[in-house]
Amino acid sequence: MPATAATREATLAARALTKRFGRRTALHEVSFEIYPGELVAVIGPNGAGKTTLLSILAGIEAPSEGEVLSPPGRKVGWVPQQPALYSKLSVAENLRLFARLEKLQDPEAAVERMLDQTELRERSRDEVGRLSGGNQQRINVAIGLLCEPLALLLDEPTSSLDPRQRERLWGFIGGLAGRGTTVAYSTHNVTEAERYADRVLVLVDGELLFSGTPTELEQAVGARPRDFESAFVRFIDEHGK
Amino acid sequence: MRWLLVKDLQILRRSPLLVALLIIYPITLALMIGFALSSPPGKPKVAFLTEVPKGQGRIHLGSQQINISSYAKDLYSSIQPIIVHSQAEALEAVRSGRALAALIIPADIPEQIQSLVTTGVGSPTVQLILNTRDPVEKQFADEAIQARLNDVEQAVSKQVLRVAVVDLQQVLNGGSIQFLGQTFPLLGLRNSRTLLRSAISALPARSPLRAELGRVVGFADLAIQGLAFASPVLGSIGTPLTVDQTELSGRTTPTATYAATIAVIFSLMLVTLLLAAGMLALEWEEHAFARLVRGLVSPGALLAEKVALAGGLAAAASLLMAAGVSTFVPLQWSRFPLWVVALVLAGTAFAALGVAIGGLAREVRAASLLAFMLSLPVAFVALVPAAAVSGGLKSVLDTVAFVFPFKPALDAVNNAFSDTAPAIGLPLLHLAALAVAFGLLARVALKRVA
Repeated sequence: MPATAATREATLAARALTKRFGRRTALHEVSFEIYPGELVAVIGPNGAGKTTLLSILAGIEAPSEGEVLSPPGRKVGWVPQQPALYSKLSVAENLRLFARLEKLQDPEAAVERMLDQTELRERSRDEVGRLSGGNQQRINVAIGLLCEPLALLLDEPTSSLDPRQRERLWGFIGGLAGRGTTVAYSTHNVTEAERYADRVLVLVDGELLFSGTPTELEQAVGARPRDFESAFVRFIDEHGK
Repeated sequence: MRWLLVKDLQILRRSPLLVALLIIYPITLALMIGFALSSPPGKPKVAFLTEVPKGQGRIHLGSQQINISSYAKDLYSSIQPIIVHSQAEALEAVRSGRALAALIIPADIPEQIQSLVTTGVGSPTVQLILNTRDPVEKQFADEAIQARLNDVEQAVSKQVLRVAVVDLQQVLNGGSIQFLGQTFPLLGLRNSRTLLRSAISALPARSPLRAELGRVVGFADLAIQGLAFASPVLGSIGTPLTVDQTELSGRTTPTATYAATIAVIFSLMLVTLLLAAGMLALEWEEHAFARLVRGLVSPGALLAEKVALAGGLAAAASLLMAAGVSTFVPLQWSRFPLWVVALVLAGTAFAALGVAIGGLAREVRAASLLAFMLSLPVAFVALVPAAAVSGGLKSVLDTVAFVFPFKPALDAVNNAFSDTAPAIGLPLLHLAALAVAFGLLARVALKRVA
């Protein structure tokens, strides 16, 4: 568990983020902070604004109002939901391409580092299109880590993986957080949020309704639920519009 | 941009279908066009039967004669004759497909022609049997034979007229005629008139014959005047129409060169549009677009890379194609630098259009389909001859042709290949303007997506 928020500087902070698409408001005055080494899950029903929130934090989309604060000089890594890789290129070629585009001082060293971290060195010459979904997702995450970011944002990282692949990926992501990288991810799998998040942000219809640990969410519901998923559903029922 | 270019070249290297499209397709097209332009159409195989006995193919016209068998040699230059010896054999040759047609010259053709020209009675007829299974081949054989038969008809007509004119001159001026191996003198109207005038002057002044002979001399005067007009008129019927041909001083493109230019530009357009639209759309299909434009590459640089890739590769492939075509069709190699400039600028304009398509479609299959659907009418509109449509429609077609790169590309490359009008400057400027315009359209499409 990370130290208390009051004693540390936030890696990422959202200040009253609002995003509108025409007349529809996808996010409404969302504010929170994420601290070094923290694993934060953004959960909520479909259409709650999870992907929009991560896209704004990653700098892909601009907020209609509000701002995102991050330490100057350090990048925020971003891992899109679908592996953003070139299937005709090999594992190493994909890593090398993005390392060069990131203008890293030593692209080859970064490639070697990522091949070790993803444990895909033996498959470095294989075309990405021939890898399993799990391995593709590991490369996808590795590309987000090439610039050695303080914070890594992942959009539904396990949505297309089988249970075994999910387990391996969470082991990989947990290792990152253990080494001090702040990790925020969106998911609609609340069980994963319970197992792998230090803190959950519950987003419903573009509004942030809860920020706390999974246990705190269960407690917030009141009557003792059967499990975390039941607590989450009851929370949505009670607080949703 | 350099690393994106390297990445796209690596992807292309591992995409055999695209490589085939880039290299094999234009070269194949060039070879096909080259062969089509440089090879004359083959001669049709025609079964040929002449029933005219040897040495009896002559038609006598006064003192002259026509040997119709000499025209068979001309016919042989237009067909591949298969000599047959009976009508049944001729029919069998056509039925079996060994010959496209059969031409049968009946034995009485010289007599029929002779009778027609001397008495006006007769119907010289040759028999033509055509295989109608393939209408194109039928027309091909029919035209080749009809052209030669027309030659025979014209030759006979000319000869008849020539004989008539000679005979008329003899009636007017006198001469000699051959009959039954003997030569007989012919007095002629003018000589007759002179003799009559001499005879009249020798008669007594009150002789009643003076008036009678005077009427004969008067008739001779009228006949001489009339026939003197008739001779040149008859002579002119042999060549009834003289064409006074005037050639303007403007330079024109040889048809073969123009056809080769169309082939090169059409190929350039297809390859460039498909490549530019497809490679940009691929960035979305691989879900890489958002990752790239998130600070790694600007949208403008991404578009520039795709334009450089597609335009450069397509221009190189087109140069290769032009080199291939030049072995069949005369292209001016001395203007090679202009080939490069015209093809690169044309490739750039097409590539800009391609990235606009890719930016709007954002899916490789949709982008390819859109590129195909757009390129065919764009080429068609640019190639419609101005005289083939009405004024209003022509304005519409001209406008459509103006806003797409095909027409200026055709003009620029045509000039580069053969130094013909219009000059190359304006089309190049036009292409540059279109490249900028479509580039901006693509940028707007990316902004809309972002």
